[in-house]
Amino acid sequence: MNGRAYRVTKIGAEIAVPLAILLAWQLWTAHAQSQFFPRLSTILVEFRDLWLFAQFGEHVVPSLERVALGFGIAVVAGIALGIPIGLSRNLRLWAMPHIEWWRAVPPPALLPISIVLLHSIENRQKIAFIAFFCVFPVLLNTIDGVRGIDPTLIETARAYGIPRRERIWRLVLPAASPQIAAGMRTSLSLAVITMVLAEYFSSTNGVGYVLLISKNTYQMAPMWAAIVLIGLLGYLANVLFLIAERRLLAWHRGWRAAEPL
Amino acid sequence: MAPWVARSRAAVEVVLEINHLAKWYGSGDKIVHALADVTFTVEEGEFVCVVGPSGCGKTTLLKCVAGLLRASRGEVVLRGKRVTDPPEEMAVVFQEYGRSLMPWTSVRNNVLFPLRHKKLAKQERQRLVADSLAAVDLSRFDGHYPWQLSGGMQQRVAIARALAYQPSILLMDEPFASVDAQTRGDLEDLVLQVRDEYGITILFVTHDIDESVYLADRVVVLSNSPTNVKEVVPVSLARPRDQIATKELPDFTHLRGHVARLVRREQIPVA
Repeated sequence: MNGRAYRVTKIGAEIAVPLAILLAWQLWTAHAQSQFFPRLSTILVEFRDLWLFAQFGEHVVPSLERVALGFGIAVVAGIALGIPIGLSRNLRLWAMPHIEWWRAVPPPALLPISIVLLHSIENRQKIAFIAFFCVFPVLLNTIDGVRGIDPTLIETARAYGIPRRERIWRLVLPAASPQIAAGMRTSLSLAVITMVLAEYFSSTNGVGYVLLISKNTYQMAPMWAAIVLIGLLGYLANVLFLIAERRLLAWHRGWRAAEPL
Repeated sequence: MAPWVARSRAAVEVVLEINHLAKWYGSGDKIVHALADVTFTVEEGEFVCVVGPSGCGKTTLLKCVAGLLRASRGEVVLRGKRVTDPPEEMAVVFQEYGRSLMPWTSVRNNVLFPLRHKKLAKQERQRLVADSLAAVDLSRFDGHYPWQLSGGMQQRVAIARALAYQPSILLMDEPFASVDAQTRGDLEDLVLQVRDEYGITILFVTHDIDESVYLADRVVVLSNSPTNVKEVVPVSLARPRDQIATKELPDFTHLRGHVARLVRREQIPVA
């Protein structure tokens, strides 16, 4: 496929097809008159009334705050733990069984205990809950990335008398950064999932809470509006992340293209 | 006049002593002897090449000298001080240029990297980087990523990095083994030229006999397992050397023949 044809197809795939699906939804719902599947136009009106921007401050901002804090804590913790574990065979030996066990536990299984242990359904519990599950993709990718570093690079730095701290900061971290970023991307979508889950389970605000209340009060339009919002949040977070990654890790693309690995 | 010409034999100073160096890995039945008993010296300003059959432990030797590997027995002494960690006045160039350079940053930053923790004024640091890149003729490429350059150019970046570090002794581990023949000749001449400009002592490990004779003041020939020094061959070919003229000299042919015979006798026969 040449460049022009590819671009046309890409635009079609990203814009035209979703638009066609939405149109089909509108036509079908207008025809079906189902109370569970409101018309697209009804959902959009509801979306505008709820989120642009009447309830934005009350429900969307707390959700975003939880995602940002939980994700941020997970990234810092995942990297901070992943580097020493990746560098030390001994530490891996001791830590890996625990990491593998905890990451195998599904998030809903830990929701009740997180509330009991933290005596709270407030932000602290939600952020801790999100952070706990988002740590694993970052942690495992950091460990892998650190292990995959070319020994020649480290040996060269040692030969030049570069202190261990600086080697970690300026060699290990950048060398592992492409893999860390891949882990962060997985964690980011997991952060949105766990946020909705935590809020749906027990909360007094947030988009997950809106979802729960609409369901309990049998209001389909706000429920669909919440679903659309959650989807959009996840989608936008991913797009922003990809833009940042593309800029910061431009070297990696070029390097991979240049090196016959 | 170049430093090695002015030097009289009486005034030479031994910079580096390798005394009964041995290195083995593992223990018991699985013990692998990389080096059995290696002894030789390198004098101030000298260019010493180490050759030996492949698998004889040349890289192990170099890593022990660099302070990257602890010797199992014996010692490496640099200016009277026993080497236990990488010494500050030593720089290293490895064979795998592509893997010893940081792909995420520019050529300039790669050369600058080892200088970061040296106590130097910022201007001095920048001058060292600019000068060393000029010495390897890469000034125009200082903003490029290493992987945007050819293999030979990448190895020149590694050489520039070593030069900017201002070592008194430079260790090179088969630095030109993965570049094409033409580039290899150019890089050999570049090393001779910068050695002249910077007045550094060089310990150069190679498996290429022609290269060792062409570059060296003395060639240390290693034997194969148990690895020790078979012979130290002095090379008195006139300097500056020339890729064509020097290699036409009967002395060159004679020396390379002599070294080749020493190495071949050590080759493990392929069954």
